[in-house]
Amino acid sequence: MTLRVKDLKVYYQTLRGDVHALDGVSFDLADGEIMGLAGESGCGKTTLGKSLIRLDGRMRHVGGTIELNGAEVPITDERAMNPLRYHEISLIPQYAMSALNPTRKIGRMINELLRARGVRPSKVADELRRRLELVGLDPDVLNRFPIELSGGMKQRVVMVMATLLDPSLLIADEATSALDVSTQRSVAESMVEFRDRGFVKSMIFVTHDISLVYQMADTVMVMYAGQVAEKGPASTIINDPQHPYTKMLIGALPEVGSTTTEARLEGIPGTPPGLLKPPTGCRFKERCPIASEECDETPPLVEIDTGHWAACWKTGR
Amino acid sequence: MLELSHVHKVYRVGAFGAGTMRAVRDVSLVVRPGEVVSLIGESGSGKSTLGKMVLGLTKPTQGTITFEGNDVTRLRGFGAKKEYYRHVQGVFQDPFSSFNPIFKADRVFEMIRTSYFPAISDAAWRAKVLDVVGTVRLDPDNVLNKYPHQLSGGQLQRLLIARALLLDIRLLVADEIISMLDASTRIDVLNLLADLKERGLGILFVTHDLSLGNYVSDRSVILRKGAIAEMGPTRRVFENPLHPYSRHLLSCVPQLHRTWAEVDAELAANPPEDVELPTVAEGDDSAPLVEAEEGHFVGIDQR
Repeated sequence: MTLRVKDLKVYYQTLRGDVHALDGVSFDLADGEIMGLAGESGCGKTTLGKSLIRLDGRMRHVGGTIELNGAEVPITDERAMNPLRYHEISLIPQYAMSALNPTRKIGRMINELLRARGVRPSKVADELRRRLELVGLDPDVLNRFPIELSGGMKQRVVMVMATLLDPSLLIADEATSALDVSTQRSVAESMVEFRDRGFVKSMIFVTHDISLVYQMADTVMVMYAGQVAEKGPASTIINDPQHPYTKMLIGALPEVGSTTTEARLEGIPGTPPGLLKPPTGCRFKERCPIASEECDETPPLVEIDTGHWAACWKTGR
Repeated sequence: MLELSHVHKVYRVGAFGAGTMRAVRDVSLVVRPGEVVSLIGESGSGKSTLGKMVLGLTKPTQGTITFEGNDVTRLRGFGAKKEYYRHVQGVFQDPFSSFNPIFKADRVFEMIRTSYFPAISDAAWRAKVLDVVGTVRLDPDNVLNKYPHQLSGGQLQRLLIARALLLDIRLLVADEIISMLDASTRIDVLNLLADLKERGLGILFVTHDLSLGNYVSDRSVILRKGAIAEMGPTRRVFENPLHPYSRHLLSCVPQLHRTWAEVDAELAANPPEDVELPTVAEGDDSAPLVEAEEGHFVGIDQR
């Protein structure tokens, strides 16, 4: 078991009170698993990704534990987290394209990063070149400035950089969202290849695009309003979802081949609840077509099938 | 209704504008009333430039754009442009930057009133606003008299469409209008476009997302490097892509029920028939189209 998150609660501090961005998130991530983390904006998926590596000033850890390879991750302790970062847990940020320093050549930037983490650049230089070639980049990019690379190339550079020290866990936050479809496909495929070659042990792939998740992830976790709605194998979540939110979300996606004249898709009425004062009970009940009285109680996340978890009173009956 | 004929756009690039870049190359297309035409392309394909030229935000270098018989590029003077915008409006990608955050969101309606309907009475105007807000399926109590930050992206985007509907609009240029929206609200805006189409509105739908372009449009135009790669009825373009670039693009779209490997295997098992692509001589800037089947055109292959 690589990663085990138990009842994680992270709140954002604001002048009007705490925003309950993560409210009791629990899940396991196995060795070699690529987990797609999907959900609408504001559901807490980016917050979850960030919580695993660094809490920023506004984020407050309220409860819950994170375990990586059997050892607890000291998420609240900046200093104790430092040796873990980049070596064990690595991140591809949401705007990876702007994560590169525009005033440094790529090679120099990578060397600076390595030295800052206490690694001699010469030790990994050959590996760096090999991996750049693997993702289809000429090692010559090391002598170039970020402005000279296209969006897809920059994304691949950041990916190679983030995985250079073979971390146990890679968090890719919307890593391919800004790319064109054909570039998106090649970047997504090289991420899977990195996992297959063991450069990263397991990966959390945060995205809002469920169809992309289906292409590359082994499991999918769907979040809603700071909580886990459903987690299961990718094909089960796409073809046989159990949580009403997942069902409606997948029903609202137009596919290549569907048109308005044949069948109109339906959106989900209403908006997600505000997380400043989250509603009691099931957070989806206001928008849920099958909600009833029992939904006033918070549904627990239960395993309804092997490896398939859902938080809804109506599932499994 | 809207007709583009051999439109080119050349941008000056580099230091002192020494170099040139052809962003749009010899594009001809037609949008009829009650028809949604999707302009699909990756970044740099010239799709947004085309939208901007139709809206008169930038001028074509060569070629004509006519709207109901009038040449749009030759509109001179404030009055003529204002009349044009009475019939043609655009909605853009980011709804949050389309509103001024220090004013209430329905100020965009008031601005239409002061410039286009100065003589209308308060009661009549209120009825008109309520009518268009209802048309975009928003609840007036929820959206009027609110600041932009109090509304969701989907609500703001629909308010902008409502604003366009206040005018006697015949053509809507929708430039990536749903790229910023969540999956659950996206479909509402798309369904709204389908409703407007039934009322006889022509829509130029600019998008990079093939499945969205496919969902609403009657005809699709796939652009590559400024030139049309393929154009035809949406169903034919998606079921029987003829241009190698469209095939490549379609095989890269993440699909919900088929993996990339399955798509590739299927493509390898039934290789599509090849069509003869038109060719142009070196240095020729035109981009001819060949009609492969009725109404279904393929363009040149650019390397």
